[in-house]
Amino acid sequence: MSIAVEASVAPVRSKPASPKALSAYPSWFYVPAALIYGALFLFPTIASLFFSLTRWTLFDAQFIGLDNFAQFFREPFLVKGLVNTLVYGVVTSGMKVVLGMLLALLLTSDIIGRGYLRAVVFFPVLVSTVGVGITFTVLMHPTHGLINDTIALFGLKGPGWLTDPRLVLMSVALVDVWKGVGLATLIYIAGVVSIPQDYFEAAKIDGATSWQNFWEITLPLLRPATVTVITLSLIGGLRSFDLIWAMTKGGPGFTSDVVASVIFKQYQAGFYGLSTAGNVVLFVLVAIVIVPLSLWFNSRDIEE
Amino acid sequence: MNRARRYIVGGIAIIASVFIFLVPFAYIIITSVKTAREAATRSFNMPANWLFWDNLMQVIKTRDYMVVTAFINSTILTVAGVTLLVVLGAMVGFVLQRRPSRLTSTVNFFILAGLIIPPAVVPTIWVLQGLHLFKTMHGMILIEVAYGLSFSILLFRAFIATIPRELDEAAIIDGAGPMRLFFWVVLPLLRPVLVTVIVVQSVAIFNDFTNPLYYLPGRENVTMQLTLFNFQSQFNSQYNLLFMNILLITIPPLIVYIFFNRQIVAGLTAGAVKG
Repeated sequence: MSIAVEASVAPVRSKPASPKALSAYPSWFYVPAALIYGALFLFPTIASLFFSLTRWTLFDAQFIGLDNFAQFFREPFLVKGLVNTLVYGVVTSGMKVVLGMLLALLLTSDIIGRGYLRAVVFFPVLVSTVGVGITFTVLMHPTHGLINDTIALFGLKGPGWLTDPRLVLMSVALVDVWKGVGLATLIYIAGVVSIPQDYFEAAKIDGATSWQNFWEITLPLLRPATVTVITLSLIGGLRSFDLIWAMTKGGPGFTSDVVASVIFKQYQAGFYGLSTAGNVVLFVLVAIVIVPLSLWFNSRDIEE
Repeated sequence: MNRARRYIVGGIAIIASVFIFLVPFAYIIITSVKTAREAATRSFNMPANWLFWDNLMQVIKTRDYMVVTAFINSTILTVAGVTLLVVLGAMVGFVLQRRPSRLTSTVNFFILAGLIIPPAVVPTIWVLQGLHLFKTMHGMILIEVAYGLSFSILLFRAFIATIPRELDEAAIIDGAGPMRLFFWVVLPLLRPVLVTVIVVQSVAIFNDFTNPLYYLPGRENVTMQLTLFNFQSQFNSQYNLLFMNILLITIPPLIVYIFFNRQIVAGLTAGAVKG
């Protein structure tokens, strides 16, 4: 929306501004923010490109070329972390898109208890991730946990959510979705309510079914919301650390390690160069997922 | 939708929501008021007695009142961080929206970079050590500002675009300099978006776990999120106290949510639409 507003202001800008008017918006207003951002975010990011090529003790850096990266792609547990990061990002993002859209459609339809439902779906977004992680670690305990106790009531045996190496990453991803789906829902609700009702009325006259309404009207018009949900949840999912750390610390073994937890483990172990190489790997990973995706989304925008 | 369906679909959704979303929170509350022995079963039974105050006092006294220290630290971090974020973010958003120049595209690029790039941890620690800010509250506050600026600037810039330029021009003709114009004319008009930024960033900084873990180690520097992590090993056999602590750190976001629901929703969807 704001993009449209700015665009409409644009022609005004072309008239030559007097020096007096310019000085009302001085460039030094950027300076305090730029100093903090530059010193504590930008400079470390650029420095990481160098330190990732070194064996580093914080006092002394010894240049070793691409050894850290070679190690990253050679050690099985580091490769596992890389694969897990991608799986985790894609799974959580996909589930948030599907569930968020369904919940938004449900919560904008004419049902009872809408206000209450919106509130409970959204509240976990604001709760501490570590608190949520610890709570679900207890609920997902294989023999004492509430979830498997409930499954046992039906005479079934629940799985070892956080102890089964094949399942553990998906269990954490499920908790991530539980906590984050409220934000996706919120964005989709904003998208749904902005669809003009005229379209549905016209479709009704043409005799469209509600299924056709969804595929031909709702889904295409929710595209901006979908783009936002995918981008936000991928950025968050690929960088995810605190939930995994609170629930499994990357275990059992290193079956639920992601790049962000590998970075922390290498940092704790004092391998600062390797840890920094992990940061660069994560940066590149996020960039090669997000940049082509947003270029593709934008090019589709222009075609339409 | 007909009337019967309205109740049936709504009813099913409400029942499902109770199991999926309310039971975990009810579990936190019930477990936090049990005795250690009752809590050890990890079941969903009601406690024999509600030991709210006993458990609360026990959590507070653990490790020389660590929770009290943590609460003070978290409050300082949140208040100082958000204050700086608001003032500095609004200044950038204001000039960025009002005066396009050669700098604009560069600034926009860095804003996007700030949203996407994962911070480089060890180099940041190295820089903080060089500035003598590692393990200090000042350093931690500045880190939160550096990481939160991008999102704040986006919200401010979008809102400032809706404020007519004629107001600025009137103030300039009346002889206001840039400081006066910004702090006395523009900033007061930003009230709705100010509330949004304050609320959203407060929750984000209060709930931040990863950054204090890296940049603010040391027990006298502990924040609320880290107490939970410290207690996780200590309270291994005392789930009641662990969950009392979870309850404690859930209350501030709950209060914020009750009072500022509308602003949070506005902020998150507005920021999100910008992507």
